[in-house]
Amino acid sequence: MKLINRKPSRPVRVILGILPFLLLLVLYLGASNARLAENPNDKLLPALSTIGAAIERMAFQPDKRSGDVLLWRDTFSSLGRLAVGVSISAACALILGVLMGAIPFARAKLSPLVTAVSLVPPMAILPVLFIVFGLGEVSKIVLIVIGITPFMTRDLLQRVREIPPEQLIKAQTLGANTWQIIVRVILPQILPRLIAAVRLSLGAAWLFLIAAEAIASTDGLGYRIFLVRRYLAMDVILPYVIWITFLAFVVDYLLRRVSLFCYPWFHSQAKEND
Amino acid sequence: MHNNIFARAILGTTIALLFACSDKSPAPATSEATPTPVASAPAEKFKVCWSIYVGWMPWDFGAQQGIVKKWADKYGIEIEVTQINDYIESINQYTAGEYDGCTMTNMDALTIPAAGGVDSTALIVGDFSNGNDGVVLKDKTELADIKGQNVNLVELSVSHYLLARALESVGMSEKDVTVVNTSDADMVAAYSTDSVSSVVTWNPLLSEITAMPGATKVFDSANIPGEIIDLMVVNTKTLSEHPALGKALVGAWYEIMSTMNGDSDAAVAARTFMGGASGTDLAGYDAQLASTKMFYKPAEAVEFVKSDKLKTTMQTVAEFSFAHGLLGEGASDASFIGVETPAGVYGDSNNIKLRFDPTYMEMAATGSL
Repeated sequence: MKLINRKPSRPVRVILGILPFLLLLVLYLGASNARLAENPNDKLLPALSTIGAAIERMAFQPDKRSGDVLLWRDTFSSLGRLAVGVSISAACALILGVLMGAIPFARAKLSPLVTAVSLVPPMAILPVLFIVFGLGEVSKIVLIVIGITPFMTRDLLQRVREIPPEQLIKAQTLGANTWQIIVRVILPQILPRLIAAVRLSLGAAWLFLIAAEAIASTDGLGYRIFLVRRYLAMDVILPYVIWITFLAFVVDYLLRRVSLFCYPWFHSQAKEND
Repeated sequence: MHNNIFARAILGTTIALLFACSDKSPAPATSEATPTPVASAPAEKFKVCWSIYVGWMPWDFGAQQGIVKKWADKYGIEIEVTQINDYIESINQYTAGEYDGCTMTNMDALTIPAAGGVDSTALIVGDFSNGNDGVVLKDKTELADIKGQNVNLVELSVSHYLLARALESVGMSEKDVTVVNTSDADMVAAYSTDSVSSVVTWNPLLSEITAMPGATKVFDSANIPGEIIDLMVVNTKTLSEHPALGKALVGAWYEIMSTMNGDSDAAVAARTFMGGASGTDLAGYDAQLASTKMFYKPAEAVEFVKSDKLKTTMQTVAEFSFAHGLLGEGASDASFIGVETPAGVYGDSNNIKLRFDPTYMEMAATGSL
């Protein structure tokens, strides 16, 4: 039997999936032990017990200075910013994408602008954002919005234009006006694709969030990482990175469940396999 | 046959993963790259790093003009001098063992390498900040007006320490303000936005900000002279095994000091060079030097290191650092890490990780290098 036709059974698949993580862990422990043997206070690759103590301190004990439990406060601040930023972006992208996809005049008017804006690297205009929006919450959210809206818009525009023209013609022969076509034909088909676009842009959204928090902040996951970097506290940085990865995974998973639940037809059609 | 293919598949995956893993974990590579000067090779090579700051520009000048090389040759070693753009990254690299020596302040020397278990020696005490770090208020003129404001600064840096000392001087504490961590690269732009009413920063950013409208410097390091000290820190183990490194670095440093001090053509040329390399000009560099107490003569530095004041300064710094969680996981109190000074040891004498050792500077003072 050819290799391409051989499928691993479920237990083998699980084992193969876990293997790289185990290997990483073993590599880390080996390197960490080697460094700690030389210098027991080494901060670069702390022992698991040190990381455990840091997690205990960050996630379960109130901070000496502020009295807050830092990990949770950071998580809520960051997730709040992310939610607001991504929601605004999704709303803008949906409105602009549908408008530009459905109405040629809107497309002619806005498409060059959206394309141009999507090509501006958001990090490059960061100093400008600060001057215009200040250093507070607004500029952090604006950075996320500027970062992900244009390419979500372009994606949705493309998806709207991929709707078979037969559907639009049929709706028109049945007497639908422009508004009805947008609301009854285009929108229902675009919503699951909006969720897909949000899922794809979440990675970038996290990147912009953490970049903004690194520059000026009083809390947040990115803030904490860049703060403790000042004294090489890898025992805090590593759990934070894993926590961010986990949060990103959970958000992505939830969006997928929502999409599966609300738009089962989309998933059977798209044969999405993730 | 089946088993064979299966085994090969596993083997292939494992190898691929190993490669993937080795890409993703630079840490083991770092540990391999740790210089082991223990093995005594014929012409020993040492690496030191520095970052841009008024008191450290001489290293650049000395390296470019071959003064460092001259002294290294004299002691039969090689010294590579590297500039690192990011100050904190330079200290992290030193702590990780990539460099044998690095420029840093006394507070960072205590909280990064020493707290990380790297036994470090302050080989050269180059200067202390005498106005180079300051607290600036916008549209207010009294330090007491800072109450209730947002203060933008690089958190956990000497700016944070300066703020704590400033607040102390008017009977307030950090609870009376909100500290907003702000990257030094964005400090000047931050000050020009409406939401920022107070910043703490260092030169050359400080002089740019105080030149802006409404800015008043209400407290600076001249109010706490001798507490923010700029050092050349080297690994204690490397230094004790290779005294030649200490001798060459100190010899080169004081030759540069005597070159740049004064009004001679050579001194002006040296300072013009340093000003240019730090992004300003002779006048700008001289202005920064005016708020820096440089120890041009080794005897001055030796006297400073031997004074009792240094020990109490390190105690203040250690207490601040402990209160902000900078001394590491195992620290039970501020005296967890021992700091050795000629006036005595502050903290745990069984855990000395930072040493102020004037031996080499004394050699320079007596001309025996």
